[in-house]
Amino acid sequence: MKNQRINVSRRDFLIQGTAIGAGFSLGLFLPLSSRTAFAADNAPSYSSTASSPAGPEVNAWVEILEDDTVVIRIARSEMGQGTLTGLAQMVAEELECDWSKVTTEYPTPGENLARDKVWRSFSTGGSQGIRGSHDYVRKGGAVARHMLIQAAAEQWGVPMAECTAENSVITHQPSGRTTTYGKVAALAAELFPPEHIELKDPKDWKLIGKPVKRLDTVDKLNGKQVFAADLQLPGMLNAAIKACPVFGGTLKSFDDSKVRKMPGVHKILKVGDYAVAVVADTWWHAKSALDELPIDWNKGPNADLSSAAIDKMLDEGLSSSDNVFVGNRNGDVDKALKAAVKTVEATYSYPYQNHATMEPMTATALWTRDKCEVWCPTQNGEVALEATAEASGLDIRQCDVYKIHLGGGFGRRGAVHDFVTQAVAIAKQIPGTPVKLLWSREEDMAHGFYHPVTKCKLVGGLDDKGNLNGLHVRISGQSILASIRPQWLAENGADMITFQGFHAEGDHAISYSVADLLVEHAMRNPAVPAGFWRGVNINQNAIYTECFIDELAHAASRDPLEFRRQLMKDHPQSLAVLNAVAEKAGWGTAAAKGVHRGLAVTKTFGSYVAACAEVSVKQDGKLKIHRIVAATDPGYAVNPQQIEAQVEGSFVYGLSALLYGECTVKDGAVEQSNFHDYPSMLIDEMPEVEVIVMPSGGFWGGIGEPTIAVAAPAVLNGIFAATGKRIREFPLKNIDLRA
Amino acid sequence: MIKLKINGELFEVDVEGSTPLLWVLREQLGLTGTKYSCGIGICGSCTVHIDGKAVRSCLISVSSLDTSQDIVTIEGLSADNNHPLQQAWKELDVPQCGYCQPGMIMSAAALLNANPDPSDADIDNNITNICRCGTFNRVRKGIHLAADIAGDKKPNNKRGGA
Repeated sequence: MKNQRINVSRRDFLIQGTAIGAGFSLGLFLPLSSRTAFAADNAPSYSSTASSPAGPEVNAWVEILEDDTVVIRIARSEMGQGTLTGLAQMVAEELECDWSKVTTEYPTPGENLARDKVWRSFSTGGSQGIRGSHDYVRKGGAVARHMLIQAAAEQWGVPMAECTAENSVITHQPSGRTTTYGKVAALAAELFPPEHIELKDPKDWKLIGKPVKRLDTVDKLNGKQVFAADLQLPGMLNAAIKACPVFGGTLKSFDDSKVRKMPGVHKILKVGDYAVAVVADTWWHAKSALDELPIDWNKGPNADLSSAAIDKMLDEGLSSSDNVFVGNRNGDVDKALKAAVKTVEATYSYPYQNHATMEPMTATALWTRDKCEVWCPTQNGEVALEATAEASGLDIRQCDVYKIHLGGGFGRRGAVHDFVTQAVAIAKQIPGTPVKLLWSREEDMAHGFYHPVTKCKLVGGLDDKGNLNGLHVRISGQSILASIRPQWLAENGADMITFQGFHAEGDHAISYSVADLLVEHAMRNPAVPAGFWRGVNINQNAIYTECFIDELAHAASRDPLEFRRQLMKDHPQSLAVLNAVAEKAGWGTAAAKGVHRGLAVTKTFGSYVAACAEVSVKQDGKLKIHRIVAATDPGYAVNPQQIEAQVEGSFVYGLSALLYGECTVKDGAVEQSNFHDYPSMLIDEMPEVEVIVMPSGGFWGGIGEPTIAVAAPAVLNGIFAATGKRIREFPLKNIDLRA
Repeated sequence: MIKLKINGELFEVDVEGSTPLLWVLREQLGLTGTKYSCGIGICGSCTVHIDGKAVRSCLISVSSLDTSQDIVTIEGLSADNNHPLQQAWKELDVPQCGYCQPGMIMSAAALLNANPDPSDADIDNNITNICRCGTFNRVRKGIHLAADIAGDKKPNNKRGGA
C-alpha cells in the first residue's frame, strides 16, 4: 500500500560563503528552489534548516538521509531555553536513532497551514515547549521507527516482529542481518503509518533524562550563527523606525527635506498612522538619518500619563469594590480575621519591566503583489504569519514566515508581532525589495509590552497558637489579557492569569492550605501596553505570597520553614522541594558570619520549585547575594544540564528585575531609554547557584520560567533576616538597605 | 577610503569617517558575528579586539583607526573554532540564545591575553558584558576551563565555586 504524501516544496536561503577576510563580498542569502544544491559546511546557518540537504520524509517529524543523518523537525522556537535539543531528544528516544547524526530544522508556519497543522502548535511561551508537545512528538518518533522497521522487514521478506532497531540500525534477530535507517528511509516513507503506537515506559528511556549537549552551541561560538538582525538578502535595504513615544499617539508630520540627501537614504516612509521609517542602503545610514529627521507627533489622550497617576489608580483599587474579580475563595475570611488573635497587614507593589532582549526587535520582509515573505525571530511562527498576512493585504496562503533562532525572547516575541507588522508595512511600499527593519535599543525601550504593574494588600490572621487562620489578598493592577488578548478573558471579564500562584488547583496552584482564604483582583488598566514577561505574574505574586508568609512567621515568632511546613501538609510535592533546599542550604545551622538565609516556594507552570538564598548586607547597605540553592520538580527532567542552565538563567532575569528593573512613565512615555538607565545585573553580582533537579515522575512541568519566581522572595527574606527591613517596593536600587 | 587591518587581512572601506567600527564590520565587511545591542558602549555585545585589548566597537569611529592597529573579531579568534575559550564554551554548553556570546567570548579572550590565569575577582572586574539569558556562572567556569586548556594545568585555588 502506498502512503498519500504531500510533496512539500520549500524555499531555502543560505549565505554564500562569507569567508573570513575574503575581501569585500557581503554574505548573501540566495533563494534556492531546493535544499540539495547547497549544503556547504562553511555556510553560516541562520536556522537549522540551512545545512540540511533533502532526504525522504518518513513522517512530518522525521526526515532521514542516505548517510543516516536524521533531520528532526522542531515546531517550537529556540531562544536560548534549549527546547530545540529537548524536543529532538524526545523524538530520537522513540525513533531509536543515532543521536550523533541528529540535526534539526524548523518547518514554516505556512507549511503547517498547508498541511492541516501537522506540527500542531508553534507557540513557544508559558514554558510549554516540551510539556505541551511531549506526547505527540514522541509518537512522531515512534511511528517513524515502526515504519522504518516495517520497511526493512518487507525488503527482507521477514515478519516485522522479528526485527528490532537501535542506534539507526535495524537487525533481523533470527538471521543477524542488518540495515540502516538511511537505506530503508525512502521505502518507509511510502508506507502507511501504524494506527496505534505505544510509547516507551519512562524507565526504559535512554536519551530522555540524559544531560546531552545542546545541538545549537557550535555556531554560537564563532559568529556563524546568523540571527535575524544579521540577515542579508540580495538587494536588501535597511530600515530604522521611530514610533510616537507617547502610548496611543500618532504621527502628525515629518520634514524629510533635511535628511533626504543624507548618505545612503532611499526613502522616508509613514508606517501605519503612528510611526516613520527611514529606508537606506545600510542600517547605520537609516538610523543616522532618522536621528536628524524633524517629526511632529499627535500625542493623543495619554500625553499626561505619569507613574504617579498610575500609582494613584492602583491605590484606589486596593480598597474599591469596582471591577473586582475573585481568583480563589474558601471559607469566610472576614470572620476568620475578626476571630484572629493578631492580624498582620502589608502592601507591596511591583513596577513595569521591559523584556530588553539582547537582540532588539527585528524582521525582514519581501512583498510583491502575490506573495509576502518574512524572516524573523518569533516565539510563535503562526502568530507571525497572521501578522504578515494582515499587514500584507494578501491571503494567508500567499504568505510565509521563516523562523530564525531568537536573540532572546522572554515573552516579547510571542503574542504580539508589532515588528513584523511594521516590516511588512514598509516592504509593501517598496515592492520586490527585501527590507530589514531593526529597532534601535531606544525604540525597544520605548515600545515594549511591559511586565504589568500591580500592587497587593495582604491581611493575615494568626490564632492563639500562632497559626495562620485566614488570608485576604487584594491585587490591584493591570491585566495582561485585557491589554493584548481580551478574547481570553473569562466570561465575567476576569483575567485568571493575574492569579498565578493563587489558583485553587492546576499548574499555578497555591502551595498552602488556608481554610479561610480570599484572593481578589481589582483590574486597573493604565494605557501602557502590558505583555507576557518571563514568569508572567508569578514574578510579583511569589514576592507577595512568600514575603508575606515570612512576615506572618515573624509576627508569630516562628521559624519561617516550620511555619510554611505546617501549611503544606496537603502539598507534598511543594513540601519536598522546600525541604530539599532547606536541607542542602543548611537551614537551622549557622551560616557564615554576616550571612543570612531566606526561603521561597511556589508551584507554577506545572512545576514545583523552591529556593534558599544566602545574603549579606554591609553597614553601608551594600547587598551581596552569596548563594542560592534551588530545587525543581518538573515531573520528568528531559535534559538535567539544560535545566540547571535555565534555573541559573532565570535567576539572572529575576534578580535583574529585583535589583534594577523599573520602567517609569512621564508625559505618556517610558522614561528609560537604554541599559544605562535600565541596567541588568553583571557577572560580579551573580551568586553561586546550586541546582537540585528532583523529577518525581508522572507529570510534565515547565522549566524556562518556574524558578524565576523564587529568586526574588528568597533574597528579600534573606535581607529581612540580615537587616530587619521588609522591602515592599522595587527595584532595590531605590532602597536604602542600611540596617 | 579608510584602510583597516581585520583578522590579519587588509581592507579598504568607503564610508563616512564617523561610522562606528561595529557598522563597518557588519554592513561593509559582512562580519556579522559582532552584534549590535545598545549602541552606547554598555552591553558589550559589539566587543572586538584592537591590539589584543577588548573594545566596544559601537563607540569607535573608523576614522580613528588605520592599518597600524590589529583588529580581531569573533570570526578571526581562531581558524577552526578551537580557541581554548571556544573549546571550553563547547564543553560547558555556555551559550543560551547566543546573541551576546561573541562579545562575551571576545571580552574573555582579552582578559586571558592579559592574564592567562584570572581569579574570580579578575573575572568580576573585567567581564562587564550583559547577558539577559543569564549564562554568567558558565561563563566563569568557561574562563577557568579555558585557562586550564591553554596552560595545560590543574585548576588552581583562586577560584570560587560558582
